[in-house]
Parts: sequence; structure tokens; C-alpha cells
Amino acid sequence: MASIVSMAVPHDAAVAHRRSEARIAWMLVLPAMALLFLFVLLPVAAVVVLGFTDFELGYGKFRFVGFENYAHLITDRTFRKSLWNTTVYTAIVAPISILLGLGIAMLIESETKARSFFRTAYFLPVASLIVAMATVWQYMFHPTIGPVNALLALVGLPGPNWLGSSGTVLYSLSIIGVWQSAGFNMVLFLAGLTAIPRELYAAAEVDGARSSLDRFLLVTWPMLGPTTLFVITISITNSVKVFETVKTLTDGGPNKASEVLLFTIYQEGFVYLRVGYASAMTVVFLLILVVLMFLQYRVLDRRVHYT
Amino acid sequence: MSALSLRGITKAFGGNQILDGVSLDVGAGEFIALVGPSGCGKSTLLRVLAGLDHADRGEILIGGQDMSGVPAADRNIAMVFQSYALYPHLTASENIAVPLAMRRLSRIQRLPFIGSLTPGQRATRAAIARDVRDMATSLKIDHLLDRKPGQMSGGQRQRVALARAMVRQPSIFLMDEPLSNLDANLRVHARGEIVDLHRRAGVPTLYVTHDQAEALSMADRVAVMMGGKLLQISSPEVIYDDPAHIEVARFIGQPRINLLPAFAEGGVILCGGLRLTLENAPDRKMPVTIAIRPEFVFLSKNRHDGLAARIERVEFLGCEVILHCRLEAIGETIVAKVQPSEASGLVAGDSVGLRLSPGRTLIFAEDGSRLPGGVATGDAWLGAADAGLANSDAGLAASDAGLASSDAQPERAHG
Repeated sequence: MASIVSMAVPHDAAVAHRRSEARIAWMLVLPAMALLFLFVLLPVAAVVVLGFTDFELGYGKFRFVGFENYAHLITDRTFRKSLWNTTVYTAIVAPISILLGLGIAMLIESETKARSFFRTAYFLPVASLIVAMATVWQYMFHPTIGPVNALLALVGLPGPNWLGSSGTVLYSLSIIGVWQSAGFNMVLFLAGLTAIPRELYAAAEVDGARSSLDRFLLVTWPMLGPTTLFVITISITNSVKVFETVKTLTDGGPNKASEVLLFTIYQEGFVYLRVGYASAMTVVFLLILVVLMFLQYRVLDRRVHYT
Repeated sequence: MSALSLRGITKAFGGNQILDGVSLDVGAGEFIALVGPSGCGKSTLLRVLAGLDHADRGEILIGGQDMSGVPAADRNIAMVFQSYALYPHLTASENIAVPLAMRRLSRIQRLPFIGSLTPGQRATRAAIARDVRDMATSLKIDHLLDRKPGQMSGGQRQRVALARAMVRQPSIFLMDEPLSNLDANLRVHARGEIVDLHRRAGVPTLYVTHDQAEALSMADRVAVMMGGKLLQISSPEVIYDDPAHIEVARFIGQPRINLLPAFAEGGVILCGGLRLTLENAPDRKMPVTIAIRPEFVFLSKNRHDGLAARIERVEFLGCEVILHCRLEAIGETIVAKVQPSEASGLVAGDSVGLRLSPGRTLIFAEDGSRLPGGVATGDAWLGAADAGLANSDAGLAASDAGLASSDAQPERAHG
């Protein structure tokens, strides 16, 4: 009898202990969960719901219109134009800024003396306010007084109207986009490069990797896999989300040649106040991002080696 | 002609002399252990040899050919790194195949998709795969070939690193502390395996280690390095029994050699208050250090038999017992390695008598060099004659082994 009692007591104590531990765990998690729900999940749900309504800011009531907004989106020429422009912008900015970031990072990594200077210099665009820097770019790209065209004139080339012509505006914005994100990618790659053990390069050399290209292919590139995947994700997301330069420099013009997704959503929601329609666009925008992320992690993750 | 010759290799890093005129010859099929404390420059020497670093001065000859300006990839040197430096994203078989692929395939042929379209690539790949498999079989790692380094134990990784180095026929084999990341049991086992592999392959090997036991047990010749200089290059027996420098004596041997500060004068050596007589003691008056290995310190339970000492610590190691004693006359610590039967019943605090084997006593000058003929010979046990009771320099020439001074202690001035 005594033995049964003595066994039962610690068992109960263990259960009680486990329960109190679980309670404390929930209490600790609760604030984060509440905030996540309030500020992330709820707004997304609200956008999805609003996308099925004809809600306009200023009108008291709205009704559900089903997929009418989405049907309208397909035929909306402005939306299709902005979708295309965003695709072009991303297709230019993401790969160039990734390759440039990697190249600069490798140059800085091999530099010993002025390493911190170059690191800071290339990181400046990330740290500076893009709206403020936009005025600088506006001056740089100015067709008559801008230094870019002045330089071209020196060589005897006719400078285009960078931001003012519908044929070049998207490329001009892409240049600014590359300038903006190459430094950020550089910092990420630099972190990845410093994490590669030096001995691997020594081993590669002894193993017969004669040129730096051989060593890059054998060591650097595969070892940077996780970093590269992250940089690709961040670069594409940031390119799809381009807005400030468009808003401050071109306002989507000329003739909608620089309309991008976020700018169109902004116009619909905050200028024309058609919140329902803008919400439908936002849902499409979010879906594009989700699909991109999913594809990247599905396709690339398998090819990446994590140590 | 030696397989490898180093001539006056010198290298400095920012004013720090890392390598100071290192010269070394490795004969065909020879296994040389380069041993020294960490930071003595042995790994730098290996890197210079491999072509990963450049010497400020000196020349390297491999098979008689000058290697200056020859990049690491073209030196046909294989190296095993301390961290193994396996490519973590490649499987074991891919890791082992790297040196072969780098040499037998062009860069185009190595490319993932385009490479398979080039002529001859398939046949070469098959030959590489065969060689990798043969190598893996001979090292008994064929079951690991599909695993990545992250899925292997330290010992398995070490074997893969060995396989990667051995899969081609290098002219020199360099190993940079390849066993230091293994646990003690595995390390002793792996020692034997590396020696076996070396015997089978016959490739001259330079083996860097900080473990003197590894160096002594594996190598044909041991090169002891200190402060960027090679102090002695000899067979393990000579390095152990007949060290050329006090640092070599100090570094080699476990437990460490006993060193006692002494003074040589007129053919006798004064050690503190003790007067030791050695046949070949230098005639000049000079400070010296006498050195004797723990196994040549003999124990008597009678404290009047030899040098009187008090046991401070007893280390029982199973097959032997290490006694840490303090010499009563001069206060110096001396370590004796004895058979368990001799030490039975002894505990810390006991008084014993110690005798030093005269034929095994080494004498070093103040600058650390061995005094010529430093190994004392003579039929008498070396003992303390009159532990300086009177301390008169006139000296009681009592060199007969007996020890009179049981009451030396109270009068001793200093140790």
C-alpha cells in the first residue's frame, strides 16, 4: 500500500509540473500570436474580403460583387500594362543587382586595405532615403543639364530623355533600382563569403583548381548556395515592390510607360479611392509574391547545400 | 636524389620571423614527422611547400626541380588538412574524385550539363569512378561513398580526406595534424593505418604534428621545430636518447625530461647544494642544465640510498607509476617513472632515495646546446655527494655514490 502511494505522488507532481510549464509557454507565446494575428493575418483577410466588394472610401455602404473586380482586372489595360512593366523591371533589376552584388562582394573580400571603405560606400544607397536620392537621380538624368547626358555628349552620343520618354523611362528606373539594391546584395554576399572556411580554397588549389574560376565553381558558388537563395528571394520581392522611384520621379508616366503594380494599386486605392478594386489588385500582387517564393524554395532549395 | 629538398626557407609575417632558414631533405619513400609546439611554424612550412604561401627566401626542389613560381595545382602534392577541408556540398565519392576530375577533364568537360556532350567525357568519368571506388575499397570506406561529410563521423571524414589525397599518385604527401580532431582511441588506431598506407604507397610523406608520441611512433625520421628553426632531424631513437638541444629534450618524451639547473666547474657539476660528478663534465666554469629522463631515475625506499627526496604526487598508470618528487637538498622537482611493483605502498609525503643513471644524464649549456660528450659514462651511480652541508667550494670530492647527508636540509640555503 505504502509503495503505491509513494509512486503515485511523484507521478501527480510530474503531471502538474508539465501542466504549469505548458501554461507558462502559452502565456509567453500569446503576445506574439496576438500581434501576428492583429497586424498580419487580419489585414490580409480584410484585403481578401474587400476584394470581393465594391467598397469605395467615403461611401458608407458596400455590397459583395463576387469575382466582378477580378473579371474587370483581366480586361483593365492599365493593370495589364503595370503587370508587364513590373515583370520587365524585375527581370532587369533582380539578376543584374544579384550578379553585381556578388561581383562587388568578391572584389571587396579580396581587398585588404580599403575593405571597410568600399563596404560602406556600396552600402550607402541602402542606408540613404530613396525619396531624397531620387532628386539627385532626377538631376543626373535631366536631358539638358544632367551630367549623364553631358558625359554622353562628350563622347559624341546623343543622350536620350531618360525619364521623360516612354521608350527609356523603365530602363532608367531599372538603373536606379540596380544602384539601390546591389549594395544590399553585396553585404549579404559578403557575409556569406566570410563564412566559407579558408582551408577549402587551399584544398581546392592542392586538388588542382588552377584558376580562380575553377575555385569559384568548386568552392565559392556551392558554398554560397543558401546566401544566394536568400538574395534571389529578397531581390525579386524588392523589385516587384518598386514604388518610391516611380512615385517621386515619373508618377507612372509618360503615358503609363512606368506604371508598376504597387503604383497602380496606390492610384486606385488612394487617388480614386476605389478600395474594393485596389484590394483585388493587392490580392493578385500577394499571390504573385507567394507563387514566386514557393517556386524558388521548391526549385532552388533542392539544389542548395546547407552545412 | 631526394624526393624533396628545402633549402634555407625563410618567411616573416609583419616582422614576425615564422620560418628561419629551414633546410630539410626527404628521401624517396621516407616518412618524416615535423613536430613542434603550436605556433612554431610547422604548418606555415607545409603551406609554403604546397605552394599555398610563398617563402621570402629559400628554394624548394621536388624531384630535383625548382618549385619557385609553380602554383599549388601544378606541384603534384597531396595534402590532408587538420580540418580535413572536405567539400561539404559533395558526397564522399565526389570529394575523392575532385583531384582526378581537375586533372583529367577540361573545364568544359567538368561543366554539369554541357560537359556530358563533349567527346571522351563519359569514358574519363567512368575511369575516375573506377579509381575512386578502388581507393575507397582499399580504405574500407566504400559504404560511405554516397554520404556527404556532414553525415559522417570524424574518423570517417578523416579517411575520406586521406582517400582524396591518395587517389592520385602525388610526388609528396603532406599531412597537417590529420589525427588531432579524433578521439584518443581512434587516434592511436589511425596512426598504424597511416603508417601502413604509407608503406604500401611508398610516397614520401611529411607529417606535421604537435604530438611527440605520434612523431616518434610513426616516422622514419623526426624533425623537431621550434621558433621557426629545425633544431634536430634524426631517427626517433636518436631524437629521444640523444637530443641535440635542450628544447628537443624538453619537448620529446612523456612525462617530460627532468631538468636541473647546475653549475659546471673543474670537471664536476654542482647542482644547487649538490655535487654531482660526471666523467665528462666540462672543465670550464659555466652554468649548465643537467637532464635525465624519468625512466632513468631509479627509486629506493631508503632515503639514504641516493638523493633524498619527498614524494609529492603518485600517478598510477597501470603498467607504470609516475612519481613526482622534490629533492630535499635543492628543492627542485624530479619525476621518476618506475614499475608498479617498485612503487607499491608509496604515497605522497614518503621519503625515498633517488639515483640517476649516469650513462643517461645529458648536459646542456646555457644557450641550450648539448655539451659535447654530454652523455655521462661511468660505472658509478650518479649520486649526491655530501649535500653541501658545508657548502664549501673546496668541495668534498666525495664522488662515491653514497650519500651522507641525511641532515642536509636544515642547512640548505636555497634551491
